[in-house]
Amino acid sequence: MMALAQLYQAQFRISLATMIQYRASLVIWLLGQVLEPVIYLIVWSNVSAAGGGSVGGYTTGDFAAYFIVLMVVNHLTYTWIMWEYEYRVREGTLSAALLRPVHPIHADVAENLSSKVVSTPGILLTALVLSLIFRPTLHLVPWAAVAFLPAVALAFVLRFLVEWSLAQAAFWTTRVTSLNQLFFVAMLFLSGQMAPLTLFPPAVQTAAALLPFRWVISFPVELLLGNLTPQETITGFAAQAGWIVLSLVLLRVVWRAGVRVYSAVSG
Amino acid sequence: MTPPAIHTQDLTKIYTVSEREAGMRAAVQSLVRRRTEEVRAVDGISFDLAPGEVVGFLGPNGAGKTTTLKMLSGLLHPSAGALSVLGHTPWKREKDFLRRITLVMGQRNQLVWDIPAADSFELNRAIYRLPAGDFKRTVDELTELLDLGPLLKKPVRNLSLGERMKCEIAAALLHRPQVVFLDEPTIGLDVTMQRRIRAFFAGYNQRFGATILLTSHYMNDVEALCRRVIVIHEGRLLFDGDLASLVQRFTSHKTVVVQLEICPDNLDAYGEVVSCEDGLATLRVPKAETPRVTARLLADLPVIDLTVEDPPIEEVIERVFANSFPEAEKP
Repeated sequence: MMALAQLYQAQFRISLATMIQYRASLVIWLLGQVLEPVIYLIVWSNVSAAGGGSVGGYTTGDFAAYFIVLMVVNHLTYTWIMWEYEYRVREGTLSAALLRPVHPIHADVAENLSSKVVSTPGILLTALVLSLIFRPTLHLVPWAAVAFLPAVALAFVLRFLVEWSLAQAAFWTTRVTSLNQLFFVAMLFLSGQMAPLTLFPPAVQTAAALLPFRWVISFPVELLLGNLTPQETITGFAAQAGWIVLSLVLLRVVWRAGVRVYSAVSG
Repeated sequence: MTPPAIHTQDLTKIYTVSEREAGMRAAVQSLVRRRTEEVRAVDGISFDLAPGEVVGFLGPNGAGKTTTLKMLSGLLHPSAGALSVLGHTPWKREKDFLRRITLVMGQRNQLVWDIPAADSFELNRAIYRLPAGDFKRTVDELTELLDLGPLLKKPVRNLSLGERMKCEIAAALLHRPQVVFLDEPTIGLDVTMQRRIRAFFAGYNQRFGATILLTSHYMNDVEALCRRVIVIHEGRLLFDGDLASLVQRFTSHKTVVVQLEICPDNLDAYGEVVSCEDGLATLRVPKAETPRVTARLLADLPVIDLTVEDPPIEEVIERVFANSFPEAEKP
């Protein structure tokens, strides 16, 4: 445990140093993360204005609150591992990682967390500015605001495990880009990134809740906005926990099988 | 008798590669049925390395050297045969095993590109769980041996190829591995740097008693470091023995260099004339005839100086690969 803490510390320092070298690209990347929810926010605000001030129970101010919180949650749970893995397998940098007496996932976790340390202040500042422009209506419920923090943390863990497992597809196919696209389209619709899930038909909502999608982004957002009852919140935490256990199992299986394929053909 | 550091018995690696002709038709066909072909990259090789031995692993491109090193270091799963390194089965990649070996490849980087090597070293310290005291001692030692002093604080991308290679080597050895696999460690480096790195590995071997298996295109590397060489060709073992006997076995000729006043016209009566300039003649003479030819040269001509040499090792190796030497297939 001590050794792992030291490893994270060292990896953390390296990632921070690297990230600071790439300040400009970090800013551009952040801009992308900000623009997407802002565009949806503008679209939905117009739709709601055209619909006489509300759509599906969401007022213009509700939409503003939804997408600003969504931007923050999406940022806190984001990973880029699925894009990076193909490169690793193709370029053979994975080989170096395999020769180290430590699971490569630790480096990825540390790297991801350190990037968040650097970029989160920027995102929070942006959220503040957007709030001044779009005037969200936010009814904070104290217990829900407290529960929001573990919900985001679990959402991050779950999203990380799922995407890390899916990234292992790179072991089997050299063209994972199309697979990644498919996943991100599903994310766009089923995690609430494009619109609040309650605006979708019941079938879509059920799919989003049965699969991990709702629990990696939408759930913490709904929670902070005060849209959930205590009962629904407990169900949400249970779903997150269940999916985390499942995806841990998945990750183990896929990783082992993937390394076996890798060591059969390329190394 | 101490058990070998590395043991292989009939080690084999077969790759299945899909192949198709060029062109649209073949592309469509390959969607339905893939034709595959088996490539025997390593085909039943056996050898043992004693602890502390430094062995050169030679062969032309595609001979199976890198595949073998990858199997030995645990990156590749062998298709058949037995294999053990320090008593471990490499492909299981047990942590105890990985802590005791290293693989240095010319192009692979241990180091993070954008930050100073010293920071990457710190990361390796955490990865290998090295106690602070040991770590510092090793870094100091490697810094001295490889002359890293001023390099460690600069971002790796600002280093020259040679400087970076030295830092890579240091990073790969921080955990003081007992078995070191070197795949072309001096590739692309200038002669001075090559010499330094050779001297370093010789020193490392002596100081820590590490077992080293080295592939290199530069025969100088091999001559300087290895008494024993293993030669493979098309996945098969061609030769395993000391360097001197490799030369003995695969050379049919010796090189006789004679310094004369002028180049005589009838020099080809003594042997095949490779060159003659300003009275310095180089002759290629069948090994068995060398004593007689040198005696005749000394008797017939006003010889100022005369030396008899084995051909350069590169030439020997080239000849080993050019001919299949059927008698050499049985080691």
